[in-house]
Amino acid sequence: MLLSTLQTPRSLSRLTRHPHSFTSRASLTHQTQTLTPSSPSPPPQSEILSIRHALLSRRASAADLVLSQLARLRLAEPRLRSFLHLPDDDALLAHARRLDARIAAGEDPGPLAGVLVGVKDNICTADMPSTAGSRILEGYRAPFDATAVKRVRELGGIVVGKTNMDEFGMGSTTEASAFQVTANPWDESRVPGGSSGGSAAAVSARQCVVSLGSDTGGSVRQPASFCGVVGLKPTYGRVSRFGLMAYASSLDAIGCFGSSVADTGTLLHAIAGHDRFDATSSKQDVPDFQSHFVAVSSLESKPLKGLRVGLIRETIDDGVDAGVISAIRAAALHFEELGCSVNEVSLPSFSLGLPAYYILAVSESSSNLSRYDGIRYGNQVYADELDSLYGGSRAQGFGSEVKMRILMGTYALSAGYYDAYYKRAQQVRTIIRNSFKEALSQNDILISPAAPSAAYKIGEKKNDPLAMYAGDIMTVNVNLAGLPALVLPCGFVEGGPSGLPVGLQMIGAAFNEGELLRVGHIFEQTLENCKFVPPIVVDDIAY
Amino acid sequence: MASTIFRSLQVHPFLLYPTTFLRRRNEVFHLASKATQSQTDTQQTKVTTSSTQSKKLDKIPKDYEAIIGIETHVQLSTLTKAFCGCPYSYGSPPNSSICPICMGLPGALPVLNSKIIDFAVKLGLALNCNLAFNSKFDRKQYFYPDLPKGYQISQFDVPIATAGFLDVDIPVEFGGGHKRFGITRVHMEEDAGKLLHAENGNYSQVDLNRAGVPLLEIVSEPDMRNGIEAAEYAAELQRLVRYLGVSNGNMQEGSLRCDVNVSIRPIGQSKFGTKVEIKNLNSFSSVSRAIDFEISRQVQLHSQGREDQIVQETRLWEEGSQRTITMRKKEGLADYRYFPEPDLPAVILSQEYVDGIKNSLPELPEIKRRRYEQMGLSMQDVLFLANDKNIADFFDATLAKGADPKLVANWIMSDIAAFMKNEKLTINEIKLTPEELSELIASIKGGTISSKIGKEILFELLAKGGTVKELIEKKDLVQIADPVEIEKMVDKIIADNPKQVEQYRGGKTKLQGFFAGQVMKLSKGKANPGLLNKILLEKLNSKS
Repeated sequence: MLLSTLQTPRSLSRLTRHPHSFTSRASLTHQTQTLTPSSPSPPPQSEILSIRHALLSRRASAADLVLSQLARLRLAEPRLRSFLHLPDDDALLAHARRLDARIAAGEDPGPLAGVLVGVKDNICTADMPSTAGSRILEGYRAPFDATAVKRVRELGGIVVGKTNMDEFGMGSTTEASAFQVTANPWDESRVPGGSSGGSAAAVSARQCVVSLGSDTGGSVRQPASFCGVVGLKPTYGRVSRFGLMAYASSLDAIGCFGSSVADTGTLLHAIAGHDRFDATSSKQDVPDFQSHFVAVSSLESKPLKGLRVGLIRETIDDGVDAGVISAIRAAALHFEELGCSVNEVSLPSFSLGLPAYYILAVSESSSNLSRYDGIRYGNQVYADELDSLYGGSRAQGFGSEVKMRILMGTYALSAGYYDAYYKRAQQVRTIIRNSFKEALSQNDILISPAAPSAAYKIGEKKNDPLAMYAGDIMTVNVNLAGLPALVLPCGFVEGGPSGLPVGLQMIGAAFNEGELLRVGHIFEQTLENCKFVPPIVVDDIAY
Repeated sequence: MASTIFRSLQVHPFLLYPTTFLRRRNEVFHLASKATQSQTDTQQTKVTTSSTQSKKLDKIPKDYEAIIGIETHVQLSTLTKAFCGCPYSYGSPPNSSICPICMGLPGALPVLNSKIIDFAVKLGLALNCNLAFNSKFDRKQYFYPDLPKGYQISQFDVPIATAGFLDVDIPVEFGGGHKRFGITRVHMEEDAGKLLHAENGNYSQVDLNRAGVPLLEIVSEPDMRNGIEAAEYAAELQRLVRYLGVSNGNMQEGSLRCDVNVSIRPIGQSKFGTKVEIKNLNSFSSVSRAIDFEISRQVQLHSQGREDQIVQETRLWEEGSQRTITMRKKEGLADYRYFPEPDLPAVILSQEYVDGIKNSLPELPEIKRRRYEQMGLSMQDVLFLANDKNIADFFDATLAKGADPKLVANWIMSDIAAFMKNEKLTINEIKLTPEELSELIASIKGGTISSKIGKEILFELLAKGGTVKELIEKKDLVQIADPVEIEKMVDKIIADNPKQVEQYRGGKTKLQGFFAGQVMKLSKGKANPGLLNKILLEKLNSKS
């Protein structure tokens, strides 16, 4: 039975027992508490289901919901700058009115009806520009929707805008966007993480309900951790990449952000499955993830009894913030309280992941970005000669991080270096894949921090690319192994006006997102004293 | 090691090209030569050579030998392109058959058209190759405006087929003989688009209709020694792809493109000379002539002690002046930075699948030629009949009805071929069926009709169709084989021409033909010629 359907839809509450929590409207706080008197800090609920109930019970129209959500989006936008493109309100309202007409006609408007979905700007949308955060695609409008976007729309979802990102996904802070820097909703002087920083910040600040991101080396999971939201990187091949502007094709995955595990799972369910336009998309069945969720009220005392959890030793080692380590250790204790057996496991090849990842990713990207030549679309400079046209268009169109990676990738694939770099990195990749397989044969899930630190200051690592790359240590191995991983907020460290969230990464076996979501949901619903709503969220929407 | 060699072989025509100027010449030239050539008509795949060319051949000193290898690109006749659902038809308006995938738009991904694997395996088997049961696609990277993704999806170190051979019968007029040429590899790849240059040279436009069209590249061993051998190799390859139905093999439309590598060395020297690549070969005869020109150019330089002027370069065949000119020198090797295509899964073949394709292969030209040869047909007949699969099928179908091979071959090669040529029809378009041809031959052989009448009926059958029996009945054409009836006619002619009878009996025996003609005319051509002559002679001679 669906847990969420048993629960009353509840408002987004900001009051928590968290010491730094932000309160502005005591009356609403009071109301929230009276609604759920048993728990002063109720766990996150599915906003998608709340919207669905509101629509189907005719308590609110889709148009009303869209308008109130848009108002909140616009209120936060000048401070956060999460979005690169926002369509006219009229266009969004037209979508909403169509949904209302369907509801009025007694039809099911779809499981995502009325849900505002943010879409990372490297995922193609036919009705607004898709620039991948790059000057070279400024104003570019794709003639088609990415498969994931198409599926979201088919299920009633409303694409509310395109979210900011590091250019072509190359970065971990969203500072490498050619257009703007996005702020972290928990502390506006900090980065939201990257490269899907806009998508993470938008969900964190409740500018949209859920969002799509892309994860090549951690670009969904690290910003989810920095922004205190749930982020899911599915198994490679689980979600079609058609319409995702390629960074590193063998590592890229479209992922999901939500403010609850349930919403994240619902979004994954909408976009997952085989697509005949992506030869690497899997034909594996997509289970109904929602049926894996168990209601808190019907949980046994040890709901995860027998689950074998492996804490990756190399991820709680030197170089990881003490606050992060203690948050992860606390999470491990929480797993034990839920009945799991938690053991430390060692993945000796773990540290090899970073260099192997960067060689493979830059190699593939040097190839994937060749098409941005200024000939057919995008930024083109005037030139007398073909070579200058190429050189000029690319020199002006690409940012410095992208240029650096193209140069590194071109070098790694060059004759005479191929064997030493690309081929060797592929061998390392095989070793890493095997070591994960081994670890996952002895453990049901593996856990680690999602990032070695919480969100850092804007500009802090901008001139130190190696330090920034090193921040990807927790996540890149999962992409190399092609496995699914769920990041959910598990605690806080000191910093900012109200503390900074820390994300827990759970890694599962290939195509076992269902288990990650089930375990993540129980973890989330039973975690006490943590309310992951950032201070910027001051208003409330009653669905 | 092998891969580095291949990198050097695989040089894209227009990479490292400083300006588009020469490319422009190439394009214009290509269009101009297209209009004037008709080399690949199905009936004329035999290589024609001009007398000037054979003179040049004679000039080549006997103490040099040429080493020639050929890279052939064959465009596959799949309904859709290699990685998207766009159809391709030659000559469509520019950019009328394109989609986000073959345009290389951001976010678009290739999905392999599985027909390409079928075709590649077919050709690989037909070329007696080893198949790679586990191969893959790779990206070959270079910048050119006709290459929308900035890389070509190709195969690099694991081509689908390797180490085969192709057997060729050299036509008698070129010395005859049976040659076997090695095949280094066959691999799958996609075609690029085309550039269209403005007449004033101010701008160029990109037409992506051809981008993503599937190709098989066939690389030969350097086994050819002169232009004729190279042209015959190419012609046999064309025959093969047409027999297999994997391509229309049309050279003018660029469905079959040959780039040749030519080097020379003094006989006895084991080291290869410097290799020169020749492009822009739009017909088999230009393959042959360009190679022979290039050989004599190199031999001349070498024999004058100027072999250092033979440099590794790409030269262009100029049809107008019948010579090769420098197109682009190769300064260092291009680095295509090949790596495995991550957007496409590995290409895995099962033994069952390969066996299925093997069993579905048609009889291949070489096998067919050997079979025809064993029937006692001359090599000229064999080459003609086996050249075009449709003609060979027609021939075989006629034989299946019990007709004599030599007679059928004669009919097809003389009157039927002439008719097709005059009417510009293919053998599939004529109204004559193999059944009726067989019937016709049987009717002549059995004496029902004369061979003269047979020819008349043949043209009727070719143009209008119908059956031999119907025509014979309708036109009352059955041969008169009754001696009494013929005797009556002979008597009448003798009686009507007393003067000529007298002359004949006076020794002018040549007049026999006159009498025979008159009797035949009287019989409306139906009298059995043998019987007629026998009776006529008896009558003429008996009263002398």
